[in-house]
Amino acid sequence: MKSRHKKLALIGGALAIIGIIAALVLNALNSNIALYISPTDVAAGKAPQGQLFRIGGLVKEGSLTREADGVTMRFIVTDTDKDLTVNYKGILPDLFKEGKGVVAQGKLTETGTFAATEVLAKHDENYMPPEAAKAVGDAANRAADKKAAAANAPAATEKPKAGY
Amino acid sequence: MKDRFNLYKFASPATFYPLAGALIPYFAAVSVVFGLAGLYLGMLVAPTDFQQGEGYRIIFIHVPASWMSMFIYLVMAFWAAIGLAFNTRLSGMMAQALAPTGALMAFLSLWTGALWGKPMWGAWWVWDARLTSELILLFLYIGYMALTAAIDDPRRSDKAGGLLLLVGVVNVPIIYFSVKWWNTLHQGSSINMGKSSMAETMLWGMLLMAMCFWMYSIAVALMRVRTIMLERERHTDWVKAELSGEGK
Repeated sequence: MKSRHKKLALIGGALAIIGIIAALVLNALNSNIALYISPTDVAAGKAPQGQLFRIGGLVKEGSLTREADGVTMRFIVTDTDKDLTVNYKGILPDLFKEGKGVVAQGKLTETGTFAATEVLAKHDENYMPPEAAKAVGDAANRAADKKAAAANAPAATEKPKAGY
Repeated sequence: MKDRFNLYKFASPATFYPLAGALIPYFAAVSVVFGLAGLYLGMLVAPTDFQQGEGYRIIFIHVPASWMSMFIYLVMAFWAAIGLAFNTRLSGMMAQALAPTGALMAFLSLWTGALWGKPMWGAWWVWDARLTSELILLFLYIGYMALTAAIDDPRRSDKAGGLLLLVGVVNVPIIYFSVKWWNTLHQGSSINMGKSSMAETMLWGMLLMAMCFWMYSIAVALMRVRTIMLERERHTDWVKAELSGEGK
C-alpha cells in the first residue's frame, strides 16, 4: 500500500467517524432541532408546561373565526388526527389560509387551548400557475366525490396532505 | 510517454496557469448566456404562482445560490482530500480560490431567503434546521478563509484549512436533508429523484440560473486561482517569465 493510498484511506475513515458522531449527536438532539410539535404530541402531553413552544400543522377548513375587533381570532390547527384550538391577536401572514400549513408560537392555557404570540405560514413546495392549481384541486375533488360515492359515505374523507 | 495525454500535467501551476487563462472567457460567456436565458424564462415567461403570486420569483436566485453554496463546499472538500492525500500544490490553491465564491453563495442564499421569508412566512428568520445549518455553512466558509489567511506558510495553511473543510463536510448532507429529517418552517425540496413539483417553465428558469451561477463560479474561481498561483510561485522561473511578458 502506497503512503498516499494509506492517507486516502485515513481521510475516508476519519470522515466516516465524523459522520457517525454527527449522526449520533443529531439523533440525541432530535427533539430540540424540530421547530415545532404536532397537535398529537400536545395531546400526548409532550408539550412543555408554562413555556413557549411552537406547534405546527394545517389550519382546519372552516375553523377560522374573527372577533368583532378584527384582530383577535381563533382557529384550529390539525395534523388530521388531533386538533388544537389556537387563539391569536395580531396580524396573520398573507399565506395564512384554511387547509394550509401554519406554525404558531405560544403557550398552552389552562383550558387546553393554545395562546399564540406569533403565527407563521408554512407553504408547501409546489409551484404552479393558478389554472393548474385549480385543475389539480378539481381533479382531487372529483376523485374524492367518486370515492365518497363508492363508499356510500355522506362526506368525502379528508386526505392528509404531505409537506405541511 | 510523450504522445499520451497526461492529466497530471495540469496539476502543475506552470501549465495550469495558461489553461485557466484561456478557459475564463468561455465560462464567463456561457454564464452570461445562461443567465440571460434564465432571467428571461424566470421573470417574463414563467407563470405567476397560485399561492405566492409574483413573490416566488426570488426562487430563481435563492435556489441556485443555495445549491452552489453546498456544491462549492463539496468541491473544496474534494480538493482538500486530494491535497492531503497526494500533496499536490494545486489542490490547496483551488480550495482557497473557491472559498470567497462559496461564502458569497451562502450569504446570497440566506439573504434572499430572509427577503422571501418575511412576506411569505411572516418572519425574516427562524431557527429551524434548514436555516441554521445554512448559516453554519456560511460560518464554515468564513472560518476557512480566516484560518488559511492566518497561517503564512502556504503548505501548512492548506493543511489546516483542508482539515477544517473535511470536518465541516458533514454539514452539507445535514443542510440538504434537514427538511426531511426534522420539522422545519422551510418547505421540502421541489426536486426529488428527478421529479419536480414545479411548473415546467419555472423549473427550466431555475435550472438555467443554476447553470449561470455554476459557470460564473468556475470563471471567478479560475481568475482567483491564477492570482494565488502568481503570488505563491513568485520565486519560480515561469512566474518571472510570465510577468516579464515572455510567458506569452
